[in-house]
Amino acid sequence: MTAYKIMFYLFAAMIIVFSILTVTSRRILRAAVFLLFVLISTAGLYFWLDYQFMAGVQLALYAGGIVVLIIFSILLTSHIDQKFTQPHWSKRIMAATAALSGMGLCLLLFLQHTFVPGTNPPIKNDMTAIGTQLLSTEHNGFALPFEVISILLLAAMIAAIIIAKKGK
Amino acid sequence: MINFSYTIWILIIPIFMFLLLGLLGMKFKPIISGVLGTIGLGVVMLLSYYAAYQYFFQLPRIDDAYQQILAHNITWLNLSASLQIKMGVFIDPISVMMLVVVSTVSFMVHLYSIGYMKGEKGFQRFFAFLSLFTFSMLGLVVATNIFQMYIFWELVGVSSFLLIGFYYERPSAVAASKKAFIVTRFADLGFLVGILLLSYYTKSFDFLNITGPVGIEVTRNLTQTFLGMSVATWALLLIFMGGAGKSAMFPLHIWLPDAMEGPTPVSALIHAATMVVAGVFLVARLFPLYSFAAPDALTVIAYVGGFTSLFAAVIACTQFDIKRVLAFSTLSQIGYMMLALGVSGYGGEKGLGYMASMFHLFTHAMFKALLFLGAGSIIHAVHSNYMNEMGGLRKYLPITHLTFLIACLTIAGLFPLSGFWSKDEILAAAYEHNKLLFMVEYLVAGLTAFYMFRLYFRVFWNKEPHYHHKPHESPLVMTIPLMFLAIASIFAGFLPFSKMITSDRLPFESETNLMVAIPSVAIGLVGILIAFLLYKKDNVRVEKIVKGLGGVYTTIYNKFYIDEVYMFVTKKIIFNLISRPVAWFDRHVVDGFMNGIAGVTVLTSRKIKGAQSGQLQHYAFFFVLGAIAFALIFIYLWQ
Amino acid sequence: MERYGIPLEGFLVISTAMFFIGIYGFLVRKNLITMLMSIELILNSVNINFVAFNSYLFPENMQGNFFALIVVAIAAAEASVAIALIINIYRRFSNIEVENIDEMKY
Repeated sequence: MTAYKIMFYLFAAMIIVFSILTVTSRRILRAAVFLLFVLISTAGLYFWLDYQFMAGVQLALYAGGIVVLIIFSILLTSHIDQKFTQPHWSKRIMAATAALSGMGLCLLLFLQHTFVPGTNPPIKNDMTAIGTQLLSTEHNGFALPFEVISILLLAAMIAAIIIAKKGK
Repeated sequence: MINFSYTIWILIIPIFMFLLLGLLGMKFKPIISGVLGTIGLGVVMLLSYYAAYQYFFQLPRIDDAYQQILAHNITWLNLSASLQIKMGVFIDPISVMMLVVVSTVSFMVHLYSIGYMKGEKGFQRFFAFLSLFTFSMLGLVVATNIFQMYIFWELVGVSSFLLIGFYYERPSAVAASKKAFIVTRFADLGFLVGILLLSYYTKSFDFLNITGPVGIEVTRNLTQTFLGMSVATWALLLIFMGGAGKSAMFPLHIWLPDAMEGPTPVSALIHAATMVVAGVFLVARLFPLYSFAAPDALTVIAYVGGFTSLFAAVIACTQFDIKRVLAFSTLSQIGYMMLALGVSGYGGEKGLGYMASMFHLFTHAMFKALLFLGAGSIIHAVHSNYMNEMGGLRKYLPITHLTFLIACLTIAGLFPLSGFWSKDEILAAAYEHNKLLFMVEYLVAGLTAFYMFRLYFRVFWNKEPHYHHKPHESPLVMTIPLMFLAIASIFAGFLPFSKMITSDRLPFESETNLMVAIPSVAIGLVGILIAFLLYKKDNVRVEKIVKGLGGVYTTIYNKFYIDEVYMFVTKKIIFNLISRPVAWFDRHVVDGFMNGIAGVTVLTSRKIKGAQSGQLQHYAFFFVLGAIAFALIFIYLWQ
Repeated sequence: MERYGIPLEGFLVISTAMFFIGIYGFLVRKNLITMLMSIELILNSVNINFVAFNSYLFPENMQGNFFALIVVAIAAAEASVAIALIINIYRRFSNIEVENIDEMKY
């Protein structure tokens, strides 16, 4: 058992356990913290795959930005020490059935499928290569999606401000 | 060549007036809309007179016969190459004569109504409807084809309905208007079937074609029969049924007495002078067909006319409502006209009945309008329709009295008033054709004189009842039409009708048959004398006679219970035995089916609307299940 | 095809589990913010898939990587708008229970 394998299983276990805790915890702030752990573990997986930039974005944006945003909104709208009541058992069973059947179907599908890897030599995916390609307008360039996504972000920002603004 | 294209204005002005007064009438002062309507009709009347003058005196005749002119003929509905419905203005002797009659009486009634209807609620509406009626009636008489005639025929029925129901707050007026509409509409059903039959065989709607040589030839040679009668006879009888409905011939007469619920000028215009003679006009319009293709139908017409005239005259002797007396008198006189048409032959001297019928139509329009307007003037003064509440009015209403007397003398047929001439022609025609009907008409002439003078003496002489306030003569705007119509009643008889309006449009000489005329005048005088003896002063003889007649009198007074028979048939038989089951079927089976569909939908939606709970997570749950289901279907089942 | 003894399927199992845990959370949680967290889980699991596919199957280009980046950006936008909405809803209803927000049913 190599260190890589151990790391992978550790991250995998963390992801699954904390995911489950996120959706079952009866204290909302704890749920947010568990979500944070899930996201950090995901970042770990990216590091494991040698996608440093992606992992960095995951940590900065997700773990840093979104979770903080969520925690702020929790503080604005909820009593922190309040415990949720358990959802009704029938509701839980139905949701679990739906989720498990979907998961079963997916697992069945891709475990039966044989994935054929590409034979081309891998390219470097360090930060320079990503930056170059992201702003490139040539073949395999991502300048247009980049621009579109920035406009989307701008629009979402304006929308969020307008929606959250107190009415006159 | 004389151009008659201006005659279209005879139609345009009244319809324009109707729209103007109907849409904007409430914006005007009442008197202004009255004056506007009257002026419009005055112009129409002058145009009609001018057209008559041109037609009879200036237009060159072809082979001595008056021409038939299509002044306008527009294709109105172009349904297919072989089925076109046209609209236009047809000028021939009877349409010109009817133009004169309708526009004259209508103008007089308009003028009179300004006084009579003064202060009534809906004054503008009244004039709007009068204009509509005048438009429809004029359109009817100048129709170039039988379909146009039918359209205007129905329009006339509608305007009659509107005007009878003018006092729509009064239940009796509403009932009367409905009755008139339903009865005439029922008759029009026959008319429509007749039109379709006739046009199917002659392949044309145009009067010029169907009453021309070709149409006659086709109808004469029809070999199809139905129940032993030729199709042509059937068609013409059905058309006559429509005419009988509008002209209130027995047994479709029941609506006319009730129609007296309308304002009196309306009775004068529609239910005495113009609309009710539409049936006579219709038969006259198709007369060549009747004469050549269906003489049997003519015989039926003669007997229906004769019977109606007798029947109505008998009833008129017992009525107390002065308008109803006049209504039955109208029935009786129209019966005369129908009879005259029925006994007439085609062409020249043989067409005496046709000419007499048109002649009587003309004079009758004048004197019956006069009688009704006079009755209106009386009612205006006394505020009652019942002759029991009248008497001795000659002192209070001198002009009305004098004109009414002239009208009574005219209708009684005294020499030399117009009624004498036209009635004499009818009697002469009947004399040559059918002795039985001729004798009946003699009797009716006597009865007519009797009931008219019964009315006259009861109203203007007799004992004076206690009036709440002193009756006074009507204003000038009402008496001028009376005087004009009185003059027309006196002198209309001298018009040379046999030179102008004949069955084959060729003039002929007619002479007074003294053998017929003298006894008829004598019978009229006898009638007047009996009325004089019985009703000049209030006396007990009348009651003795009434008691002596007993049940007969009650029967007559109740109009032979015809209305009751109809009520029995419609209410007991048709309503209970036919309509009720049909209504039940409609309500429970047809509606039930539809309601069932709606009910099932409502129930279903009530059951499933719970799914639309507004709970986001329910939706999400079904979305997930649906997505899984689709995945399964597309991956495993959809190979 | 393995890397350090871990096959591609390992990542797929993780991401699938995370995805359906997210769905379960979305279906049972009553609080709008916890539902939003469930959505973040779902998005995250998709990201893992993109990156894993890119890394294992198509190492010669970076489409998966970029797609994941874009998804992160969209997740950020979505979270900001969603939180704005939640705050507005809180002002209106004084709580953020999803069951109370059913005014627009039938």
